[in-house]
Amino acid sequence: MARPYIPSLDLIEPAARGETWAVARLISRAEAGTPEVREAIGEIYRRAGKAHVVGITGVPGSGKSTMVSKLVRKLLDAGERVAVVAIDPSSPYSGGSILGDRIRMSDLVLDPNVFIRSMATRGAVGGMAHAALDVVDILDLAGFDRIIIETVGVGQDEVEIAKASHTTVVVSAPGLGDEIQAIKAGILEIADLHVVSKCDRSDANRTLTDLKTMLKDGLGSALTRGWLPPVIGTSSYDDQGFEELISGFGKHLAHLDGPAGAARREQISVFRLKKAAEALMLERLRRHPAFEPEGRRVAARQTDPYAAASGIVKQFSMEKPHV
Amino acid sequence: MSTQIRVLLAKVGLDGHDRGVKVVARTLRDAGMDVVYSGLHRTPEEVVTAAVQEDVDILGVSLLSGVQMTVFPKIFALLKEHKVEDMIVVAGGVMPDEDVIELKRMGVAEVLLQDTPPQHIIDTLTGLVKARGDR
Repeated sequence: MARPYIPSLDLIEPAARGETWAVARLISRAEAGTPEVREAIGEIYRRAGKAHVVGITGVPGSGKSTMVSKLVRKLLDAGERVAVVAIDPSSPYSGGSILGDRIRMSDLVLDPNVFIRSMATRGAVGGMAHAALDVVDILDLAGFDRIIIETVGVGQDEVEIAKASHTTVVVSAPGLGDEIQAIKAGILEIADLHVVSKCDRSDANRTLTDLKTMLKDGLGSALTRGWLPPVIGTSSYDDQGFEELISGFGKHLAHLDGPAGAARREQISVFRLKKAAEALMLERLRRHPAFEPEGRRVAARQTDPYAAASGIVKQFSMEKPHV
Repeated sequence: MSTQIRVLLAKVGLDGHDRGVKVVARTLRDAGMDVVYSGLHRTPEEVVTAAVQEDVDILGVSLLSGVQMTVFPKIFALLKEHKVEDMIVVAGGVMPDEDVIELKRMGVAEVLLQDTPPQHIIDTLTGLVKARGDR
């Protein structure tokens, strides 16, 4: 039953050969975020970079999981190897989660060219999970052509996904709001491709028109200049619109290979770097010994939270990191 | 950023009774675990493939239909095929005492029958993962 601990570095080769157990184990280690795995993640990062990363987001109930399931089937039929990272929320109370996106993808499971992994947000904001970016690199190393990140159904201004993926798809469903919803700031601005799901419904045309009007008014993608996001109607029920969506991926990738793409790719790397730096800083800062004594002084009202925090941060930034 | 226990709860075969497994899912979530639920009517192949991809600590299979002596041998054979013989397998549901003995001989780490108090489920799973150690 039990077997010896395999160092993360030794998992890289089997993962690169596409051995599922090794890929899956590396993902768990990346999620746990142990210092031991960081060296391996670094090595993996240097070897990755071939896959097309697609972020799919939208409000809860917009039909994301069902759409992803249909989309993946089409990509597999076209001969691609596809990985899906499906993110669901962690309980803010217990930290636990129920990850149920797989249920809607169950007919894909036995295809040898697909890998589905559920992740919990664990307190991360913006519909993403802390280690999602590391997970993308691991899947990239494992040879998946297309990596789809399906975010938690998010609200209106959670846009982290757009900073992490090459192509961001925002899914809207009919009947969720009027044209004013469509011109508000936030999630709609991050779309490289708009999808209106459930187009078998009669009120879908209204949503399609609202989105198209919004884009004509100049409220396009905030991230990719010179690109007008197409609005694509899909129906998972009638199996409609998926060819158009996949050809939209191709067009956006071609656009990214041009001058505008360089800026986007750089932006992804900067975001990645910031996330890594933040994680390291937070880990060190949270362990800082000054919090307890300063906390007591704040409690006794000898100082205030802002003054005490600024003192700790100042002290912290002058200390040498011993990571 | 601690290591969180990951569990796949699965229903296999024609058994359509999932009230129990959903209560267990909720119980484990409230105990801070990440719980993947397979949905109904899965095959052993689907369940093991999902468990390997999700790299769960514990594969929990709920059965109320009496097919445990067919399903579990398949699951163990498939785990071996996928090179994850170290996965902890737990059975739950309703099954006769003589099957429980045989299942444990086969490698099922624990059989949790009906009327198991929720806290006992949590303690059992936590204990099994702790006993296994880091992986």
